[in-house]
Amino acid sequence: MAETLPAGLLYSKEHEWVKVDGDLATVGITDYAQSSLGDIVYVELPRKGAELEQFKSIGVVESVKAVSDLFTPVGGEVTEINDAIEGDPAVVNRDPYGAGWLYKVKLGDHSQTGELLNADQYQQVVSES
Amino acid sequence: MGQEGRANRYLPRGPQLDTLLPAETLRDDLPLPDNSELDVVRHFTRLSQKTFGIDTAFYPLGSCTMKYNPRINDAMANVPALRDAHPFAPDAAAQGPLAVMWELERALASLFGMAAFSLNPAAGAHAELAALLIAKAYFKKIGQPQRNVVIVPDTAHGTNPASAAMVGFKVVSLKSDAQGRVDPDEMRKVAGPDTAVCMMTNPNTLGLFESRIHEVADVVHEAGGLMYYDGANANALMGNTRPGDMGFDLMHLNLHKTFTIPHGGGGAGAGPVGVAAHLIPFLPTPVVRAFDAEGTAVDASGWRDSGEFTFALDFDRPDSIGPMRSFWSNFAHMVRALAYTYANGGEGLTNVSKLAVLNANYIRVNITDVVDIPYPEINRHEFVASAQSLKRETGVRALDIGKALLDRGYHAPTVYFPLIVPECLMIEPTETESKETLDAFIAAFREIVATARANPEAVLATPINTAVGRIDETRAARQPDLRWHP
Repeated sequence: MAETLPAGLLYSKEHEWVKVDGDLATVGITDYAQSSLGDIVYVELPRKGAELEQFKSIGVVESVKAVSDLFTPVGGEVTEINDAIEGDPAVVNRDPYGAGWLYKVKLGDHSQTGELLNADQYQQVVSES
Repeated sequence: MGQEGRANRYLPRGPQLDTLLPAETLRDDLPLPDNSELDVVRHFTRLSQKTFGIDTAFYPLGSCTMKYNPRINDAMANVPALRDAHPFAPDAAAQGPLAVMWELERALASLFGMAAFSLNPAAGAHAELAALLIAKAYFKKIGQPQRNVVIVPDTAHGTNPASAAMVGFKVVSLKSDAQGRVDPDEMRKVAGPDTAVCMMTNPNTLGLFESRIHEVADVVHEAGGLMYYDGANANALMGNTRPGDMGFDLMHLNLHKTFTIPHGGGGAGAGPVGVAAHLIPFLPTPVVRAFDAEGTAVDASGWRDSGEFTFALDFDRPDSIGPMRSFWSNFAHMVRALAYTYANGGEGLTNVSKLAVLNANYIRVNITDVVDIPYPEINRHEFVASAQSLKRETGVRALDIGKALLDRGYHAPTVYFPLIVPECLMIEPTETESKETLDAFIAAFREIVATARANPEAVLATPINTAVGRIDETRAARQPDLRWHP
């Protein structure tokens, strides 16, 4: 798989990406995830203000094929969700690392990022699946 | 459709009709189309020609057993004494129908190793709901209402977590091991004082028999929980093994799958729920009970000929979860199921399961060199194939294979389920398909894969031979256009 992964992101085995900027983390699903799921028709996101626990299921992504759990790569308080997705879920297919971001979290525990994968490690996970 | 004044009117309006029906029930404002009888006959005949069903061609759906419905079953359901029986008839006037229910209940109990069944629920998922309500009532009764977790392996049917959530249980998903089975050690990690029920299908949705089912059941029982058997795959079990013997306390059957009965288009089903002895008091009401010549209640163990007994509906069951369905539930289906049971007999039902399993393995082995078979071992029910490699090489996905099969006169198998297999195709032939039918299906499948390799565009364009071409599923899901009025 010749996917180019954007620089500066961390990844989970469940195919979420996270971009950490100070205390704030932006979360989305990877290009591999969106292409495996196929056309996404609905995303159920956590509510603003919700407290998330790392690696727990916090929502669902529904595609034409199936409904899949959405796991959070980091824990903390949800500060913002991407409202654009509700009206246009296809944005997650078109631009998974950009306009298709899902939600932002105020990190409770920075050490949690140590549990995540770098681009090379994630590439390995993808090539084995 | 239609034109004003074209309808046939066999009942003349006028004083005669007004004396037959109370005036307030007569009205002229029903917006019914005005069609002649011939228009209507042609309309429905045309619809039936467009419809795909088990009566027209092979239906290798996975997980929903779609089998031939022997016409003798329908003939039995149409015997006037059964068909016209009134559900409000007093027990004394309904001995025939009650005997049917009692005999079917006894046959199911002995065939699946349960102490008793309730025939009340109207379908499989309805029976899951009933079983979980029974579990809830049971834990309340024994003073353990804190048990609020239902464990569901990732190879389970999607209805399982949905049913659990409806009853208010928390769902914990359990990952299968590399062999596609539940690992008792993993179960040990999640089972505990909050465990209410573990819901399993065996053989599971990968078609694999849970070879350590006794250990798994022991873990759940030691934690104080109940084992629930999802009977969606029971077509593979009959006479060969019994959920009761595997350690299950509760189960359901889909009579409309395992015991034939037409059920296309979401038609009426029947979902008996079976229980071990300690759960009998919680079964839905009413329960059919048999009494001997002295009026003594007959012990409900084992199968018994009903000839010597009288029957009564028992509503007086203080621990019952109550009725799941009105009247006698879907009684005609009970008649069909009993007819099927008698027509086959014990040995026949055992052969049904053996042949169904043989047919699944026959197809699997004959397509194993053209698609991925993620669990290449002898299947005990349906089997799963994966179009993952084919998709990488050609862009042709499981969905496209399904569409191409439609073009070749076959119903598509289940695709993208279970979720743990990428590009999954789940195939379940039944015992009633001949070797010629299976060979033709295998040839069509292989031809589709060969076409995908040579000219993927040809597969991606399918179906072109069906009444309706390729549907834009994405647009249908993103911009649903649902309407009630035309």
